[in-house]
Amino acid sequence: MEKIVEEIKKELEEDLKKISSMNELNDLKVKYLGKKGKITLLTKDMGNRSVEERKEIGRYSNELKSHVTSSISQLEQELSQKELEAKLENDRIDPTLPGTAVKVGGVHPLTKVTEEIEDLFVSMGYDVVSGPEVELDLYNFEMLNLPKGHPARDAQDSFYITEDTLLRSQTSPVQVRTMLKNKEKTEIRIICPGKVYRRDDDDATHSHQFTQIEGLVVGKNISLADLKGTLEIFAKKLFGEDREIRFRPSYFPFTEPSYEVDISCFRCGGKGCNICKNTGWIEILGSGMVHPNVLQMAGYDPKEYTGFAFGIGVERVAMLRYGVNDIRSFYTNDLRFLETYNRVEGDK
Amino acid sequence: MKLSRNFLKDYIDIKNLSDHDLAEAMTKVGNEYDSITPLVGASHLVVGYVKECKNHPDSDHMHVCQVEVGQNDVRQIVCGAPNIKEGQKVIVSLPGAVLPNGMTIKKSVIRGVESDGMICSLGEIGIEHKYQSEADQKGIHVLEEDAEIGTDPIAYLCFDDTTIDFELTANRADLLSVLGMAYEVGAILNEKVKLPETKLQTEVERIEDHLQIDIQTENCPLYLARLVKGLKIAPSPKWMQARLMASGIRPINNVVDISNYVMLEEGQPLHFFDYRTLGNKIVVRMAEEGEKLTTLDGKERNLSREDIVIANDDHAVGLAGVMGGLNSEVEQDTQDIVIESAIFNPLKIRYTAKKILRSEASARFEKGLDPNRTYLAMARACYLLEKLAGGTVVKGTLAVDHTNHDAKVIPITKEKINRVLGMSLTNQDILDVFHRLDFEVQEQDDSFTVTVPTRRVDIAIEEDLIEEVGRIHGIDQCKGTLPVTTMKNGTYEEKYKKEKLIQKHLEALGLYQVRTYTLVNQESVNMFTDDEFTPIVVRDPLTEDHLALRYSLLPSLLEVASYNLARKVKNIPIFEISDVYYTKDKKTMQTARLAALITGTMLENTWNHIKVEADFFYMKGILENLLNYLGLNRRYTIETGKLPKEYHPYQSAIVKIDQDVVGYIGMVHPTLSKTPLYVFELDLSKVEAIQVRGIKDKEISKYPTISKDFAFLVENSVSAKSLLDTIQKTGGRLLTNIEVFDVYQGENIAEGKKSIAFNLTFMDPTRTLNEEEVMEIFNKIIEQVEKEHNAELRDK
Repeated sequence: MEKIVEEIKKELEEDLKKISSMNELNDLKVKYLGKKGKITLLTKDMGNRSVEERKEIGRYSNELKSHVTSSISQLEQELSQKELEAKLENDRIDPTLPGTAVKVGGVHPLTKVTEEIEDLFVSMGYDVVSGPEVELDLYNFEMLNLPKGHPARDAQDSFYITEDTLLRSQTSPVQVRTMLKNKEKTEIRIICPGKVYRRDDDDATHSHQFTQIEGLVVGKNISLADLKGTLEIFAKKLFGEDREIRFRPSYFPFTEPSYEVDISCFRCGGKGCNICKNTGWIEILGSGMVHPNVLQMAGYDPKEYTGFAFGIGVERVAMLRYGVNDIRSFYTNDLRFLETYNRVEGDK
Repeated sequence: MKLSRNFLKDYIDIKNLSDHDLAEAMTKVGNEYDSITPLVGASHLVVGYVKECKNHPDSDHMHVCQVEVGQNDVRQIVCGAPNIKEGQKVIVSLPGAVLPNGMTIKKSVIRGVESDGMICSLGEIGIEHKYQSEADQKGIHVLEEDAEIGTDPIAYLCFDDTTIDFELTANRADLLSVLGMAYEVGAILNEKVKLPETKLQTEVERIEDHLQIDIQTENCPLYLARLVKGLKIAPSPKWMQARLMASGIRPINNVVDISNYVMLEEGQPLHFFDYRTLGNKIVVRMAEEGEKLTTLDGKERNLSREDIVIANDDHAVGLAGVMGGLNSEVEQDTQDIVIESAIFNPLKIRYTAKKILRSEASARFEKGLDPNRTYLAMARACYLLEKLAGGTVVKGTLAVDHTNHDAKVIPITKEKINRVLGMSLTNQDILDVFHRLDFEVQEQDDSFTVTVPTRRVDIAIEEDLIEEVGRIHGIDQCKGTLPVTTMKNGTYEEKYKKEKLIQKHLEALGLYQVRTYTLVNQESVNMFTDDEFTPIVVRDPLTEDHLALRYSLLPSLLEVASYNLARKVKNIPIFEISDVYYTKDKKTMQTARLAALITGTMLENTWNHIKVEADFFYMKGILENLLNYLGLNRRYTIETGKLPKEYHPYQSAIVKIDQDVVGYIGMVHPTLSKTPLYVFELDLSKVEAIQVRGIKDKEISKYPTISKDFAFLVENSVSAKSLLDTIQKTGGRLLTNIEVFDVYQGENIAEGKKSIAFNLTFMDPTRTLNEEEVMEIFNKIIEQVEKEHNAELRDK
């Protein structure tokens, strides 16, 4: 018996060596463990044997069975591992091939700048307010201390629709509307982004349509220093922490005193370069203390209230910040131009 | 305003301030400058004397000259000017000189003859063509006898001047005069202004015997007239000519030049009439409708009742404040003139000037004048005519004056100044500013009473004085602070907030936001709509391309598409959100619109065989995604119907929400674009107005779903939507999802028919469904579809 068992073991060993696939292994399983398998055959005529013999055969065959089973399963594991590896290798890709161009759209650079400015002022408690682009001369000029025939109207040559209506030349009428609408005459803190229109022939630096953001704060103790502090935050947020600002006296009919605001050049830091035309400063916006006539006309008592206002040209900010040379680029919308702005911005 | 440095120096001591520092100092107080330009840009020039002038041996027009340029210094110079002659004093540029055109003068040989310098014309040394006399335009400039050989001709000609061109703000009418500039510079440098000389030598006769004035319109609040006799017209002195040139005005003759000189100096435009042609009466009145006047430039002008004219008894002789009449012009033989110094209604001048010509004079009238200067200018003109043009001034001034000459008195406190500026200035700081400005000021405790001279027409209220303090003192010490105010949250307007959400979502769906012009051409206004409305048109458009306010955004998007396609950019996914304006029932209406356009490839990986092209259904997918995002799931439909003619008639649909039409989606009609373009446009105002419910969590069902498929054969005309409607209606609440998974035409399908296959999902969130009850519903659906749509079940 022992001899037979050893023979079978030996044969198994030989057989196992020849196996190279799962199929062959299955055949081997049948050969040894199947209904007509070698081990089954060992116990076939057990009925004719003595109890002793049966015990012995049983012991030998069980031991053999477990030996065969474990040998086969070990090989089975090895084989399946190999097959998996082969399959994985077979599924090899070239990861250096181009990825599928998943497309998302993007924000227009003017919107990007507008949103950044809005976010800043909303975080300081300003409300974002809009108004109509087809506006009354009354709100666009007259209530801003620019009566008909005022020479300063020349600077804002406008598209008139009728004698009394026009395409607004500034977003300031929204300030007037907001002050008028506030019946309780409480504090006001708003910014008004929007499209404005002036009779300029379109060229690299002029556009008959452009985007403005105006800010207005009206309160009981608002000073020029408050305007300066507010615009300092604005300049640093949009053009970098190191920016300084400079107020140059100027004239706008709706503010008194009025100032043009320059920021220290973000390119050269004030040393002088072609961006700041070697002055170290870049003109960025107009501002001032709200003219008492404007407050008065809107129902705010100028003895009690003061305020400041400022106006920013969004195109100008975007042109400076991104180095855009032609204002028309914002309106021709070349997709290659738009795609440039579709990413997170670094500081430099 | 072009300011001559020499002119300014007559009235204020500018010390050793360089041109640049002067300009910068002015900028700091609010007067920006555009440029600083020397009147003459040449160096190394000397006065030369042409001792000998012979024809060039080898040229028919050039001369060889022996020119004395200093003691014992005679140079041989070849000159091509036609007017060169022996005995002339001329401007010579010696070797080493650099001319404004960049040319460097060198010793050279011209056609075999040595030439040691160049004899110059005024143009060659940098005097603009328009300032030169006819003779000077044609040849070299011949100096007068008294020019000293070897000296600097620039100094001799008074050309040693610089022009600073200021860009003044609209309020500073006072700076449109050299005197005004002098006061401003005086405030900066803390120097006092010297006033111009006006004292006459003699006065004769009485003006009342020669002239009368009759002011018939209230549009002329101040009119002064004087008579000057016996003038001798000649060129004006060199210094005056040079100053006029530096100020941008062409010298003509002594009389005309004086009128311009006084305007520049005092800021008060004058007019000189030839007394011969004027007659002895001046009438100021409004023009008759249709009245004609030929102005100085020789053009016949058609006048209206809005124009102020100066007339004699018979006819108009000038357009007040804008241009004189040809019929009373000062001429070469003029001897007696009437001087007009007046103030007219700025609005009327503005109106007439806009129509006829905006001149140096009208610019000053429009901005408002100081009546005291009107008198000063008259006195100054008489003085100069007497001194420089040999005139004799007739005694007396005819005057009609309704103006207020009083200086404004404005009280102000230190507290107010510091409160507005956010600074802490002392009384001394404030007094210093007013003293520098030459304003009279009285101080009492911390209050001031400021008397503002009439020249400062821009100052009327406290705030104007505060501005002056800020300007002259400077606000560098003003430290930025933030407003002390009530804490509150910042908000976005509702409409704006919603549009931002839509914008972000469309970007996530692959579209780029664009910005286009509101003003479009006439043709575009009525495109992509069948609505009834009246477009808004601007009265005076700049170009035909931008004359009307758009109603649809799609023409603009089409333009963006064609711009990109022309530049070989083929994949164009874009959208725009914008308000549009139009008139309906005579009222101006405002509507927000959203338009989108796609063309080209939407998703691509060529080597991997992925390519999704833009088509109707891609666009529809974007639209549906957006509407679902807006919470409108199951409330919108996209159905066939009548569309504006710019859409493809069979590849377009109407978009409805709650049965209300809100827009269109489809392919742009192929006649409008060779490249297939797919678009949609929504009335966003309508969409934004729709109320949607808040989000409530729905428990995800634990129970299994049962899925069933079927396909029907139907007529081609039967829409998927109608089938889906029947299926959903019949299926009831247990039918939770329907997908169209196949549409087939062709082999095995009869002509005019199509097969359409659906996958249905059944589910009950409260229990497990059994097969029998699902089959019952399923069979009912089949029955209903067959009945309602004449459909034939193909597969189940």
